Amino acid sequence: MSLLLETRALSRSFGGLKAVEAVDFSLSRGEVRAVIGPNGAGKTTFVSLISGRIAPSSGSIVFAGEDVTALPAFRRVQRGIAYTFQITSIYANLTAEENVALAAHRPGTHAGRDYLARVGLADRAAQRAGTLSYGHQRLLEVAMGLALRPKLLILDEPTQGLSDSEIESFIGLVRDVARDATVLLIEHNMPVVMTLAHRITVLDRGRILAEGRPEDIRASDAVQRAYLGTG
Amino acid sequence: MSVRIILLHAGVILALFLMQFLASDYVVLTFTRIMVLAVYALGYNILFGYTGLLSLGHAMFFATGLYGAALGVTRFGLGVPEAMLVAIGLGIIVSTVIGAISLRASGVAFMIVTLMFSQAAFLTVLYFGDYTRGDEGIVISDEFRRFSLFGLEADLANPVLRYNLALAFLALAVAVTLAVIRSRAGHVLVAIRENESRTAMLGYDTARYKLLAFVLSGAFAAFSGASYALMFAYAGSTLASIQYSIHPLLWTLLGGAATVLGPVLGTALMFLLVDFASGFTSASLLVVGVALILLVLFFPKGILGTLRQRYLPWLP
Repeated sequence: MSLLLETRALSRSFGGLKAVEAVDFSLSRGEVRAVIGPNGAGKTTFVSLISGRIAPSSGSIVFAGEDVTALPAFRRVQRGIAYTFQITSIYANLTAEENVALAAHRPGTHAGRDYLARVGLADRAAQRAGTLSYGHQRLLEVAMGLALRPKLLILDEPTQGLSDSEIESFIGLVRDVARDATVLLIEHNMPVVMTLAHRITVLDRGRILAEGRPEDIRASDAVQRAYLGTG
Repeated sequence: MSVRIILLHAGVILALFLMQFLASDYVVLTFTRIMVLAVYALGYNILFGYTGLLSLGHAMFFATGLYGAALGVTRFGLGVPEAMLVAIGLGIIVSTVIGAISLRASGVAFMIVTLMFSQAAFLTVLYFGDYTRGDEGIVISDEFRRFSLFGLEADLANPVLRYNLALAFLALAVAVTLAVIRSRAGHVLVAIRENESRTAMLGYDTARYKLLAFVLSGAFAAFSGASYALMFAYAGSTLASIQYSIHPLLWTLLGGAATVLGPVLGTALMFLLVDFASGFTSASLLVVGVALILLVLFFPKGILGTLRQRYLPWLP
């Protein structure tokens, strides 16, 4: 499989805190990769560096063969890096359909309907996004990510606040997405990670602690100690 | 665009057209003034109402048009149509430069930066008093206001011509506003107002769109300023003062920000209110102030904004 994304010695510090430190990371096309780690491990900072929301202190990012380190976020989005927010960031005063049409870069049209249908929100198209339930707002976030038709879809804690049945359908959705996009998933819900991820990267204190297939990660002593707890 | 939206806006223009046959000379003159200034408010609304950027410095673009046209005809020997075009061109250039700088700030800082630039422009007008004649102002004599266009002789001292020209300019400004807000860019401007960081993360170059809105509103302001100078034969520094930066904001708020006709209605109401109040008191601004407070309390979204919210959801 060819490389889609590569970071070299990627670092970011906030004052004295090294949130991400010298991370060499690579991602192949078509992969579903989970990034896990305890709170404060630097997961969100790491994907924010990739999406361009935060500038790195040092290091470089290569996406689809191009060095994108100096590109502003909107140009990276145009090149195919989509980021769905951990804290929902939708247009609360616009309808669900308008939200997705904006993401599809065809505002004022019905271009968003297919994507709403894919996340199961077709019947909510005309509802103001701010009045949707929290779980539905999360799904709207995902629909907006899909509407960008990204090469790389970064999902930051997508199942947080979803009910069990919503998580079930979400897993199906990610499998569906992964047929034509690469997925980078930050997730706390271990069953979801184990079900979806082809490979797992474990971050701890800004560094990569371990990387491998789900079964290897589950068996790793270091990971057990840092993150999963014993047993 | 739906039929009723076209009918509504065309109806307003038609009503204003018919009004000249019924109203007194004084009312016709007042409405000429209202329509010229409503163009200013319409442009301001694109920036403030639709894009969510509150500028306190648009008097500098209004004054750019005003002095561009006034000096153009009196000092540089331009004809009226040429002076209009030059003034609008200058408005575009000045607003592009000022926008590129001031849009690096946001929120309150943006308000302050635009205010400072505008005050600097106001002081510049006074500094070059030899040319601008300061607060005494330039009076444009009638000979400079006669012109011929496409073989037709015209004289801006003629109140009928002036009224209909102002109406044509207003119709043009309303049509351009409608076209802008219903375009792809117009939707992106609203998206920036609603959630700027998200809009950038959807791959839109938000800085470019904000500059577009800024320059559009600057061009409308210069257009309005140039029309004002040539139609009313006067360009004075009062028209470049902070008061003229606040006016379009008040007119827009009164009529309804982010509604196309709101600024037009707001401009008209404010004018008529001042006119009405000054008929029986010298403290006419007090009456205006009370009216504004009542409006903010009971119609926080402005008149058309509140109407849209309650009864007319289709109103653009």
